[in-house]
Amino acid sequence: MDGAHDMGGVKGFGPVVPEPDEPVFHAEWERRAFALTLAMARPGGWNIDMTRFARENRPPQDYLSKTYYELWLAGLETLMIERGLVTHEEIEAGRVLAPPKPGVKPVAPQEVTPAIRRGGPTERTPSAPALFNVGDVVRMKDIHPVTHTRLPHYVRGRLGTIESNHGCHVFPDVNSLGRGEDPHWLYTVRFDGRELWGKEGDPTLSVSVDAWEPYLERA
Amino acid sequence: MSGHDHDHHHHDHDHSELSETELRVRALESILTEKGYVDPASLDLLIDLYEKKIGPRNGIRVVAKAWTDPDYRARLLKDATAAIAELDYSGRQGEHMVVVENTPGQHNMVVCTLCSCYPHPVLGLPPVWYKSAPYRSRAVSDPRGVLKDFGVTLPDATKIRVWDSTAEIRYLVLPMRPEGTEGWSEEKLAALVTRDSMIGTGLPKQPGEVS
Repeated sequence: MDGAHDMGGVKGFGPVVPEPDEPVFHAEWERRAFALTLAMARPGGWNIDMTRFARENRPPQDYLSKTYYELWLAGLETLMIERGLVTHEEIEAGRVLAPPKPGVKPVAPQEVTPAIRRGGPTERTPSAPALFNVGDVVRMKDIHPVTHTRLPHYVRGRLGTIESNHGCHVFPDVNSLGRGEDPHWLYTVRFDGRELWGKEGDPTLSVSVDAWEPYLERA
Repeated sequence: MSGHDHDHHHHDHDHSELSETELRVRALESILTEKGYVDPASLDLLIDLYEKKIGPRNGIRVVAKAWTDPDYRARLLKDATAAIAELDYSGRQGEHMVVVENTPGQHNMVVCTLCSCYPHPVLGLPPVWYKSAPYRSRAVSDPRGVLKDFGVTLPDATKIRVWDSTAEIRYLVLPMRPEGTEGWSEEKLAALVTRDSMIGTGLPKQPGEVS
């Protein structure tokens, strides 16, 4: 979706302000919100693309005024309410008002480290040959889905060069909708800075995105 | 997205009192525990992993080894996931790793303009600035301006390559080994590697900066 999360090239946010000796978390609730989000993914049955969409799919003023872990919390609440794991009323009341959804098993302590060590690889066996080769010039499609996509606005319609092929990977645009993994070839596509930002752009700059084949068309 | 609590007016209160968000998260955890969806011991373990075991020290080991072992460096640039797994770092948010090497002619910088994608097994969780709107918006259009915010100036002729992490490929920058470190051990070199130098918003420390 074209939302506030798609920030590449947006002006006016001011300088980057690094924090010296920054802690991993800034408050106890951030620790718990982080851990709850990780621990609920498997019992909740959602995937990483659904999680990202739950965080970004909100009014720009809401997205921009929440801190990072406030967005995580809001996304977690949305995902759980959508699946009937908790109700909006329970979250507002801060206590259990309805019986648990049957058959939901928590992640046991002994499963934690192996699950993190395993992660969630997204590469899949290809079902068709790749359409593009390294060195090909491609144009990024000018698409504006109302659902989740990982094609940032600032490269849409722009010409780039295929720099590498990473194999077939789970396609977020479909996976986020719960319609299966629909794997597609994933490429690194490199753009000249001036192709993206005009003649005034930094002449020494090039930028790349990782883009699935459905985002590309032959130039 | 705004910054963390400390620069945000509606959170600017005495930390001894519980914020609305703190109460909301506590209540949510007790609801989910009572419903049998989460085990609080698993939450404690997750926090412990990310606060104590997964962090930039892992990436620092990778870089220092690449600086001293040419064969390892070659394996790292060819298949970063496998080379990093040799040091026992792998898994969530590092399933598909690519290492990009800085050279005198090209400086690399990593960003995620769409959210906060970051190579957790080697760098840990991202700092607030990496997830912030200023960084996500400007890294791709004005990287030299961003570098200035970090106090870094590159030669005008140096090419800058920005990697926007839009898929599940995670990038680690291999910074250039500082001059004047000939004969240094891997352990001594590790003291020169900074987190920011592995994101591309910083450079390694110079030999004179460490004793």
